[in-house]
Amino acid sequence: MESIILTIKYLNVYYDNHQILFNVNLDVPEKKITTIMGPSGCGKSTLLRTINRMHEITNMARTEGEILLKGKDIYTMHPEELRSRIGMVFQSPNPFPHMSIYENVIAGYTLKGIRLSKVDKDEIVERSLRSVGLWEEVKNKLFKRGTFLSGGQQQRLCIARALAMRPDIILLDEPTSSLDPAATQKIEELLMKLKDEVTILLVTHNIAQASRVSDYIAFLFLGELVEFGPSTKIFTTPENPKTEEFISGKFG
Amino acid sequence: MSIKTRKKKDKIFTLLVMFLSILTILPLFLILLYLIKAGFSALNLDLITKVSRPIGERGGALNSIIGTLIISLLATLIATPISVFTGLFIFEYRKKVVSKILNITVRLISGIPSIIIGIVVYLWMVKPLGKYSALSGSVALAIMMIPNTVTSTVETLEMIPIGLREASLALGASFAKNITKVILPLSIPGILTGVLIGLGRIAGETAPLLFTAFGNPFLNLNIMKPMDTLPLLIYNYALSPFEEWHKIAWGASLILIFIVLILNVLAKWIVSKWNR
Amino acid sequence: MENLKALIQRQSGNIIYRFASIKKLLNFDKILKISLFISAALVLGIVLGFVVTLCVASFDFLKSVGFSSLLKDTWNPLTDEFGASPFIFTTILVSSLSLLLSIPFSLSIAISLSDKKGNKLLQSFLNTSLDLMAAVPSVIYGFWALFTLSPLVRLLQTKLGFAPMGVGLFTAVIVLTIMIIPFSAGISREVIKLVPQELEEAGYSLGATRYEVIRSIILPQAKSGIIAGFILSMGRSLGETMAVTMVIGNFNAFPKNIFSPANTISSLIANQFNEASGLHQSALIFLGLILLVITLLVNLAGAFILKGSRR
Repeated sequence: MESIILTIKYLNVYYDNHQILFNVNLDVPEKKITTIMGPSGCGKSTLLRTINRMHEITNMARTEGEILLKGKDIYTMHPEELRSRIGMVFQSPNPFPHMSIYENVIAGYTLKGIRLSKVDKDEIVERSLRSVGLWEEVKNKLFKRGTFLSGGQQQRLCIARALAMRPDIILLDEPTSSLDPAATQKIEELLMKLKDEVTILLVTHNIAQASRVSDYIAFLFLGELVEFGPSTKIFTTPENPKTEEFISGKFG
Repeated sequence: MSIKTRKKKDKIFTLLVMFLSILTILPLFLILLYLIKAGFSALNLDLITKVSRPIGERGGALNSIIGTLIISLLATLIATPISVFTGLFIFEYRKKVVSKILNITVRLISGIPSIIIGIVVYLWMVKPLGKYSALSGSVALAIMMIPNTVTSTVETLEMIPIGLREASLALGASFAKNITKVILPLSIPGILTGVLIGLGRIAGETAPLLFTAFGNPFLNLNIMKPMDTLPLLIYNYALSPFEEWHKIAWGASLILIFIVLILNVLAKWIVSKWNR
Repeated sequence: MENLKALIQRQSGNIIYRFASIKKLLNFDKILKISLFISAALVLGIVLGFVVTLCVASFDFLKSVGFSSLLKDTWNPLTDEFGASPFIFTTILVSSLSLLLSIPFSLSIAISLSDKKGNKLLQSFLNTSLDLMAAVPSVIYGFWALFTLSPLVRLLQTKLGFAPMGVGLFTAVIVLTIMIIPFSAGISREVIKLVPQELEEAGYSLGATRYEVIRSIILPQAKSGIIAGFILSMGRSLGETMAVTMVIGNFNAFPKNIFSPANTISSLIANQFNEASGLHQSALIFLGLILLVITLLVNLAGAFILKGSRR
């Protein structure tokens, strides 16, 4: 059995007296790809955002329950510190338009006023870009703006930006929803390679994608965690009829 | 940098921003308080029933109140049709270069210093006719009012769903029918808001009137003669050495700010009502 | 005979009918279209008309005195000396100083208003107050400053060992700062709102604090729009007349220190235009033309940058 890096216990999330998540319990195994899937509006993104406390930025969502990162309650940590350890990649690529590719990769450090030597910076940039398979493509235009890249390249740059912080976990919120099939395939291959380095928590409503990349699947329906288990089991012998309906494409 | 120092910096920044924000709006309340304090004691029946009198004769501001109403309303009457038509023009020909030039022109007009408008209208109307007049003041204020009204007209027209516009054209409505029967009725609240905000702005203007309406201590209803307004009275009395006149000026300021605030509140009310 | 009558009747009915339909067309569509064109032409003509009018009216002055007056510094209409440099200098000095002074305040209030986690009640209070500040008439700002600000400045001057005049450059700068804040803060608020939410979130997701996100993401993104806002505010403060006229002290020379009385172009015009005639009036109109050209250029530049920033 793998070791567990993140534990979610009895998580309830409310937004404006409206409950979005109901008693979610989840153990996320280390250095695996765990996919949260479910029809749209089931609370996948909300669950993902509570894990690195991004929900605190925009709305006044209220949470109950516990989330433990390596046994430590994340609500006792500074959100900024937590977010350095749990990175995030968003639906559409969002490199900083006023920064070069190079600056984008080390943005996590410069934003916080952390000074790195030129050698360290170069090392981080090369390592991160190599991990996402972008190094060969951009090594000659590191000081050009990141926004000149293609959509798929931009998204890989954003993954590199998150990886540069050497996080324990990266959260990906439908990272391929704005990309074409070729770029999507590249990202999926990348994720399967990256799981040796980092724990990956992926949100998608794309069943095929979930079946292609996941080690574990959590199926979320109307704010409740209906089923959780190894991908192979979920896709061959699901226990819950709702799961079966969903993976056979009956809804969502 | 440690998380503690970063958090501390964040805290200091937040407090500083809050402090400066409050400090920014502080003068507004100092002004309102002072106006209420100094103006309230000057508010009496004399202020609104008597005209300007020499020192010692307990005058009022009736001539200026009426003058403000006449000159501002006349300016609105001049500016509104021109602005609405210009707005319609920009909207109808929005893909043409001429509309882009018009947009820039409108922006430039709103940037013309008000005192320059005063000089030019003086050269256009006062100098040739050889006399200051309320009408020339209204023309000056109308020019000030045009940019606001044009912009709000165009913005309102752009908000009308394309479907509605095309539906009436598809029914065979002519250009004019489409405008008068469909587009204008739908955009009246938006245009009215722009007019009210513009009116609130010109009612308090002084500089364009210095060389046009000029001011007049007597009650005058003839728009071809000089006329007083509240801002002109405030300016003239404020710079006088007499405490009695200062007092009337405070009372006049209170009335003026009341008019301006009412117009702004009314405009906001229409916007909120319309949006619903 | 009967036939002819009927024919005539029918024909005239036709003619009347035709006439009516032509008239109807002319009346409605054409007249409206013509009105649109005339109004648009009027508005287009205003700026050009202004420049031409001022050029013509300052011709007398340009012919007899000329541009060289811009470099001289003695202003004495009685001896036909029209050195304009002190006023141009003071105009630019006063508006630049008040612009610089307004920056921290405008930015702070724009940042407060764009905080998505901020107190909504406080934000709408700040917003309304800002709108009201923009609505207060200039003459009331001047009147208030004359009676409450200048006594304070007088105290300060006594403390610092200057002649206690109360009015002058310093007082004018303070009032002007208060007056342009709502304007530049309004533009900053709009351009900060335009910064995409995703970029802000990307910053937070990397573990940045709000201060770090504002400093390194929001402000750099909104930079050109904010600068455009400041340029447009500068355009506004260059021409501001009443409040400045009431507190600047009406003194026709270069200011000697920050408390000196002085005159901007617009306060000089407000103070002297009604008594001026002949060459004196023409000189004032020429100064007005200079002011107009400066503000038009500044506004064009600001609008141009603002437009670029919205791409």
